[in-house]
Amino acid sequence: MIANDNSLNHEYLPILGLPEFRANASRIALGDDSPAIKEKRVGGVQSLGGTGALRIGAEFLRRWYNGNNNTATPVYVSAPSWENHNSVFMDAGFKDIRTYHYWDAAKRGLDLQGLLNDMEQAPEFSIFILHACAHNPTGTDPTPEQWKQIAAIMKRRSLFPFFDSAYQGFASGSLDKDAWAVRFFVSEGFELFCAQSFSKNFGLYNERVGNLTVVGKDADNVQRVLSQMEKIVRTTWSNPPSQGARIVATTLSSPQLFDEWKGNVKTMADRVLLMRSELRSRLEALGTPGTWNHITEQIGMFSFTGLNPKQVEYLVKEKHIYLMASGRINMCGLTTKNLDYVAKSIHEAVTKIQ
Amino acid sequence: NVVLQLLLLLSLLVSPFSSWWSHVEMGPPDPIMGVTEAFKRDTNSKKMNLGVGAYRDDNGKPYVLSCVRKAEAMIASKKMDKEYLPIGGLADFTRAAAELSLGENSEAFKSGRYVTVQGISGTGSLRIGANFLQRFFKGSRDVYLPKPSWANHTSIFRDAGMQPQAYRYYDPKTCSLDFSGAMDDISKIPEKSIILLHACAHNPTGVDPRQEQWKELAATVKKRNLLVYFDMAYQGFASGDINRDAWAVRYFIDQGINIILSQSFAKNMGLYGERAGAFTVICSDADEAKRVESQLKILIRPMYSNPPANGARIASLILNTPELRKEWLTEVKSMADRIISMRTQLVSNLKKEGSSRNWQHITDQIGMFCFTGLKPEQVERLTKEFSVYMTKDGRISVAGVTSGNVGYLAHAIHQVTK
Repeated sequence: MIANDNSLNHEYLPILGLPEFRANASRIALGDDSPAIKEKRVGGVQSLGGTGALRIGAEFLRRWYNGNNNTATPVYVSAPSWENHNSVFMDAGFKDIRTYHYWDAAKRGLDLQGLLNDMEQAPEFSIFILHACAHNPTGTDPTPEQWKQIAAIMKRRSLFPFFDSAYQGFASGSLDKDAWAVRFFVSEGFELFCAQSFSKNFGLYNERVGNLTVVGKDADNVQRVLSQMEKIVRTTWSNPPSQGARIVATTLSSPQLFDEWKGNVKTMADRVLLMRSELRSRLEALGTPGTWNHITEQIGMFSFTGLNPKQVEYLVKEKHIYLMASGRINMCGLTTKNLDYVAKSIHEAVTKIQ
Repeated sequence: NVVLQLLLLLSLLVSPFSSWWSHVEMGPPDPIMGVTEAFKRDTNSKKMNLGVGAYRDDNGKPYVLSCVRKAEAMIASKKMDKEYLPIGGLADFTRAAAELSLGENSEAFKSGRYVTVQGISGTGSLRIGANFLQRFFKGSRDVYLPKPSWANHTSIFRDAGMQPQAYRYYDPKTCSLDFSGAMDDISKIPEKSIILLHACAHNPTGVDPRQEQWKELAATVKKRNLLVYFDMAYQGFASGDINRDAWAVRYFIDQGINIILSQSFAKNMGLYGERAGAFTVICSDADEAKRVESQLKILIRPMYSNPPANGARIASLILNTPELRKEWLTEVKSMADRIISMRTQLVSNLKKEGSSRNWQHITDQIGMFCFTGLKPEQVERLTKEFSVYMTKDGRISVAGVTSGNVGYLAHAIHQVTK
């Protein structure tokens, strides 16, 4: 459609990006019936992928949050998290980046008590980076009940929620389900940022399509925030790339394409879910030492297998299976053709190497 | 009980949760945006937008290059995937961008003692460089910009943590280069400072040094041990000849000055919204280049991870495909020629109007922009009485002039200057 539209050219987008993209992107995150959108207290900044959205948000917070240029505001990143979170906030000027408990290696699940304790102890106004769904790298998300507890503490202690939403739709197969946490926080009256990426759920990786959704108390505050974000964008990349945003905007605003997209996303999510269950069942059939239910309980692209660095090294060197030293695997790398090989290799690694 | 309820009601009215952002000021409106906004609201059929920093054809319309359309068709037919580019960008693009700026016979290019990373057009490339300087340049924080320069230069360097300074450049009395002023200021810049130079088609004045003047500038910056940062946003677009427009960059490197360089393909390929650009560091040797590259990647990753592919793919195909490259050189020349022709026509129309002022600077200046020499009051009259829109400093974008409106423009300018 875009290629055949001769009225389109390569002119600059506005600094904040393509208006149709920004509005649709925020709508996807917050829901069609979002009261915040109805009350016009939502804004969007088209950004270079999820990374770019995080960076613009971080730069803005460093300049304007908790005072002016308060680089001492603590920023909390989950332990573990995507490594780039640290670098984004550090390069934005924050001096005090800390971790909050998240992954319980012993029980291979969420360390909720540790997390809540950290929030209780955190200085007021600290910034917390929350993964909206499909936590990277652990694949372990809080349940709705757990999110409610998290929100309650954050509200009480005036902590700022900065959501990183890189997998909406891709985690469970449902856009709404994957956005539950963000929408819950909005309904609780929080002002928040949500860095959205369309790299995975649209497969638009190299087009660099992202959006920083800003939810504020009212329209006036949001307008002023956007005007300052515009200044930050101007000295970073001036205006964002147009191609990817056009694709997303066109898709989201056409009922037919939107349905097709939702179907595509579910297909991708379902394949990942299938690989999870197939891997788990093979490991259990082989009698591989340990428990492997975490592989199907975790969600999204990644799985924290629980393999230690030595076992990982064995897989890389002896079996030519490449994964992170943390034991994180990308489930998408599995196919029906390599499942057997991978399962057998993991079995070898675990039995041969402790 | 009633008292408690009243207190509760009161506390809800005086909501304890005020916004985090109540103290955030409204950012000042962009001066150039303001010009375009006002232009859009104007109902005069003769209105002209000379603030626009994008090329327009003789019908005042945006121009998509034919070689770009061909490249796009080729890309579409190849059904390429959308996998992430490397952090440093598309290798075929960065290599071609380096060859374009440095020249295929360049010793620096052939020996590999350079690194070029893909950047988000000119701004993104400038910002990568500015951040790199902030982190690794052992000299002063001072970056010397010509007076005047593109307004965003000051903001970019400031946001990167550097300290913008200025050297004399434009002489408003003659509407040309204040060469002695520039040389005087530059010769006094403290050693190990950074100086930014516009490679060609100076923005906003259109005033470029002549080759003999470039030679003196090179000798001086070398003597002062300054780090030279070239901004080249108009290669090919200025004179119509890509080699001629890159002459200063190549001369400096030949003189043993290891420059750093920011390139944009927004104007010369009309790829504005695709954000195709590159940042280059000339190094002592290939090993140093590898080390510099690794650090550039560490800067880029927390900014936007990796660059957009579309614009780079188009530019790469054009530069690396002989027929497309030939076509591009022709198109870039025709864009430059149209601009030059509008300059000539503007001057001759001013003469025809009976203007006795010296308008030679309009044809002496080069590139998209022209510093007319008009004063703010005259600019205001042009806008109010004739619906001709430009920035307060008297800068016009010659790209906004067409054979259809050049006569009207000359008439309007004459009315406010006679």
